[in-house]
Amino acid sequence: MGFYLIRRLGLMVLTLFGISVVIFVLLRLVPGNIVDILFDSAGMVNPADKLRIEQELGLDKALPLQYASWIGGMMTGDLGYSYVSEKSALAEIAPRIPVSARLAGSALLFAVLIGVPLGVISAVRQNTWLDYVLRVMSLSGLSLPSFWLGLLVLMGFVALFGSVPIYTEPTKTFGEAALLVLVPAATVGFRSSALIMRLTRSSMLEILRQDFIRTARAKGASAGSVNYRHALRNALLPVVTVIGMEAAFLAGGLIVTETVFNIPGLARFLVESIRNRDYPIVQNLVMLIAVVVVTINFLVDLLYAALDPRIRLSD
Amino acid sequence: MSETDTYEAELVRAGARAEGRLARALFYARQYPLGAVGAVIMLVIVFAALFADVVAPQSPFSTNPALSLARPGSAHLMGADFMGRDIMSRVVHGARISLAVGIFSTLIGGFFGVLIGVASGYIGGWFDLVVQRITDIMQALPLLVLALVMSAALGPSLPNTIIAISIPLIPYVSRVIRANTLALREQAYVEAAHAIGLPEWRIALRHILPNTLAPLIVIATAQLGSTILTEASLSFLGLGVPEPHPSWGRMLSESAAEYMRTAPWLVIFPGLAISLAVFGTNMLGDALRDILDPRQRG
Repeated sequence: MGFYLIRRLGLMVLTLFGISVVIFVLLRLVPGNIVDILFDSAGMVNPADKLRIEQELGLDKALPLQYASWIGGMMTGDLGYSYVSEKSALAEIAPRIPVSARLAGSALLFAVLIGVPLGVISAVRQNTWLDYVLRVMSLSGLSLPSFWLGLLVLMGFVALFGSVPIYTEPTKTFGEAALLVLVPAATVGFRSSALIMRLTRSSMLEILRQDFIRTARAKGASAGSVNYRHALRNALLPVVTVIGMEAAFLAGGLIVTETVFNIPGLARFLVESIRNRDYPIVQNLVMLIAVVVVTINFLVDLLYAALDPRIRLSD
Repeated sequence: MSETDTYEAELVRAGARAEGRLARALFYARQYPLGAVGAVIMLVIVFAALFADVVAPQSPFSTNPALSLARPGSAHLMGADFMGRDIMSRVVHGARISLAVGIFSTLIGGFFGVLIGVASGYIGGWFDLVVQRITDIMQALPLLVLALVMSAALGPSLPNTIIAISIPLIPYVSRVIRANTLALREQAYVEAAHAIGLPEWRIALRHILPNTLAPLIVIATAQLGSTILTEASLSFLGLGVPEPHPSWGRMLSESAAEYMRTAPWLVIFPGLAISLAVFGTNMLGDALRDILDPRQRG
């Protein structure tokens, strides 16, 4: 177990190192840097000014040096400066973390609270009209783009209340806070809930076919006891893995949903920064996302082993 | 083996016995009604894409200030946008963009994914180890984030959008194909091929590769919906297919906030088109998985 942890942590560091190289190289493939954009938009053509600004931003240095200074800075908590706002990247990113974390957390909670019970119902009532309706619903859930769903929700608000909820910070009342977080969270979480439901269903169906379930039924256990005490506990194992994987998918959902609902979180900031070619922000944000995803996968593996004693974390 | 498994297997055998392609198609359509619905939706979309010039009432590019934000009516079934362009024509032509991006990025991602997956699984050793680490790296980034950064790096254009979407697909496909190759490598017929002295490359290409086709078709159909969705998301964010191509995602971003109150049809129809396309591929993909690769049934 100890050896496993060390090996896994080593692999995590290696993966993150690889990601940092990939991100860094990808962002430097872009033709033209921020200085080019500034000069194009301002219509200024003074090569000396341009060179001076490039020197100030460190863009004149060789790429390996730029990379080394980024990684070196990261170790000491210096993430560089936003080219656009000229504030430190940390000051730009940090306040947006809780906004996105709250949204992602509520979305995941929504997905689990909706997905698991519906999946169980669908499996227990296999091949009834209820199962059919739920399956079509979950397939539609996987097909609706979350930005379109978000726009439809906003249109619903316009139709019902004549206005759209506008995100304000800090939120005034609890009800307002709940509305401003829960509505977008449900929009992002809808897709995940569909996936979790499908997986819970198929996993439940597989478990319900096994011998120990037949034994439980044979000894006269009630349907509720068989379904929930025996089957669901075992069926939830693969679901835990998918919940971990969904955390990565949520990042994609957040990107479009924060844009639709105008929520000043990390994901919308990432899109803005990509458009502005604000490298320090983009590379740090993508790294942050990678760290979160890699850490969640690691925790899910540990949780999986903790839940299922048959799994030994030896290799 | 459970009762349902043997029942389904019996169905598949019965399907194989059914004579003629049409008869077989009809047989499967009855067994998998949702899959049949998906197939019909996809056929309609493919038809719209192929014959867009005939199906669309007018050019998707022709503007008419007099028609700006015209309501849906007999002349313009889905209304018109701010520039007076007919929404229905743009939605029909949008099928071309969606399918082109979806099919080409799936093909590119599938091609390299299979190549890398078979090589990685068959060669094994340090090569496999290195490829697996690179795959880990690529998979640690959410699909949309990687596609966003890729398309930003390459610049907005139709071919670049295809490349940006196909690259995140490669590690995903190669993982599945590698696992499949590992299983195939231990089969008796591969041992037999070794015994009669066939060269390694021939075994890999002629004996292993063709057998990865069934799982490949299953992943490719499942991924087609996801690539269509990714293209729509990228274009919605303004980092995908550029103007003047009528991309469904792009149509939503132009209209989104501004005209939501005054012209909801700008939001409803393109979004409906995306949802239908993804719904169709998902349904078809599910049915194909059950037919071609029953072990993966979910």
